[in-house]
Amino acid sequence: MTKEKKKSEAKKKLQLAFYWAASCGGCEIAVLDIDEKILDVIGIADILFWPVAMDFKYKDVEAMKDKQIDVCFFNGSIRTEEQEHIAKLLRKKSKFMVAFGACAVNGGIPGLANVANREEVFRVAYLDNPSTDNPKKIVPKTSVKVKEGTLTLPEFYDTVKTLDQTVDVDYYLPGCPPTPDQIMTAVGAIVENKLPPKGSIIGPMKSVCDECRFEKTEKKIKEIKRVYEVDKIEEKCLLEQGIICLGPATRGGCSARCLDANMPCTGCGGPTPNSLDQGAKMISALASILGIEGEEKMSDEEVQKLIDQVVDPIGTFYKYGLPSALINRRVMKK
Amino acid sequence: MAKEFEPNIIGFLCNWCSYAGADLAGTSRIKYPPNIKSIRVMCSGRVDTVFILEALRKGADGVLIAGCHPGDCHYQSGNYKTNRRIRLLKKFLNDMGVEPERVRFEYVSASEGQKFAQVVTDFVNQLKKLGPTPLKEIA
Ligand code: SF4
Ligand code: SF4
Ligand code: SF4
Ligand code: FES
Repeated sequence: MTKEKKKSEAKKKLQLAFYWAASCGGCEIAVLDIDEKILDVIGIADILFWPVAMDFKYKDVEAMKDKQIDVCFFNGSIRTEEQEHIAKLLRKKSKFMVAFGACAVNGGIPGLANVANREEVFRVAYLDNPSTDNPKKIVPKTSVKVKEGTLTLPEFYDTVKTLDQTVDVDYYLPGCPPTPDQIMTAVGAIVENKLPPKGSIIGPMKSVCDECRFEKTEKKIKEIKRVYEVDKIEEKCLLEQGIICLGPATRGGCSARCLDANMPCTGCGGPTPNSLDQGAKMISALASILGIEGEEKMSDEEVQKLIDQVVDPIGTFYKYGLPSALINRRVMKK
Repeated sequence: MAKEFEPNIIGFLCNWCSYAGADLAGTSRIKYPPNIKSIRVMCSGRVDTVFILEALRKGADGVLIAGCHPGDCHYQSGNYKTNRRIRLLKKFLNDMGVEPERVRFEYVSASEGQKFAQVVTDFVNQLKKLGPTPLKEIA
């Protein structure tokens, strides 16, 4: 094989990058969870940047030509100046930007920090936490002078953002983390150049309920139960057993894997197609069936008691998507 | 002199009672403040919580949902459902630092023009006390 030919063949390989921002690392593990298929991916792709697995420096990315990366898989939400900077840099260097996982797509678990701001987060993490020993009450600062010079840290923002609230995103791959099948579907679509229109969510146009094995009958519940309060899960829809299950408000694509383990869906797939707000949809769905029996005889106090069984509406209905919700952060008292 | 704050209210009114009630208030020339922009829906049960959140997100200072009295819903149970939905939504709003009083659910029948005017007047006064929506300022 001539050198020229080798070069042009190598050129055809997909140029990939992976990055993590405000992320738990689970999405990185999910990439490895595609098991031996990772070898197929390596066979067709070069990895130009993957901080969790390979040694690269930011300056390597800065030195790249614009659009040199074909596809950047970006997981994690945006909560610091550094994450925002790298998101913008990778956007410039990539042909396609894929929001990978619930955190990048909808804000994810880190997005629940939008019930607080920097000051509150720092107070809990560095001062009030019972296991924290911090007698000098030191909290992170963006710059501090020491005798060797000035040390700096990236700014920590008050509000967690999704990737597309920060840079233009081409495709979305929801899930916490996305399943190996979902990842391979996305990779397959890229390799075969069968990508859906820009802005698409790579996932089916149906809800988790459509993929769930449990039989659905008439939905009416008298009370809400936590999973541990149910002695024996019956072979029927969990919601009908009084367990809050976000299936009706959540996009499918995961094969209802939590339900396979007799656990309710907590909503990591994000809102169903054409729904503006996952939590609002679930609030509507739950309130419609809770206390439906004998509703005409119920006093307002009784109704309120039923509703008060939901102790944590934010954590229940917006577990993975507060930053992308219509009301996306708590209003802080001045 | 600084102009007094005039709250912006979105009203979702059920076609069969409350919208007719609002109409009656109009034809009977009952005075009520002009702060409400009414949207007719077929039943209070049609008011998805998303509509309410969107109205608030887009800057409404208050949202009024009005439907038939218990037992009178044209579709039998829409208003019971709405009563529960709004209570659950208010819990969420409260946790998000948004005053739950900004959302109000009332029963107004087709013959209650006077009550409709009273509800709007009360709501406007209440919102004037609360001040402009804090949601205009969030990211
Ligand atoms: S989406 Fe889930 S698995 Fe992925 S980084 Fe966020 S929290 Fe972790
Ligand atoms: S609500 Fe949950 S348990 Fe019921 S059908 Fe939907 S996904 Fe399955
Ligand atoms: S069932 Fe729900 S929470 Fe579980 S993986 Fe699927 S979308 Fe996520
Ligand atoms: S028809 Fe009026 S509330 Fe249902």
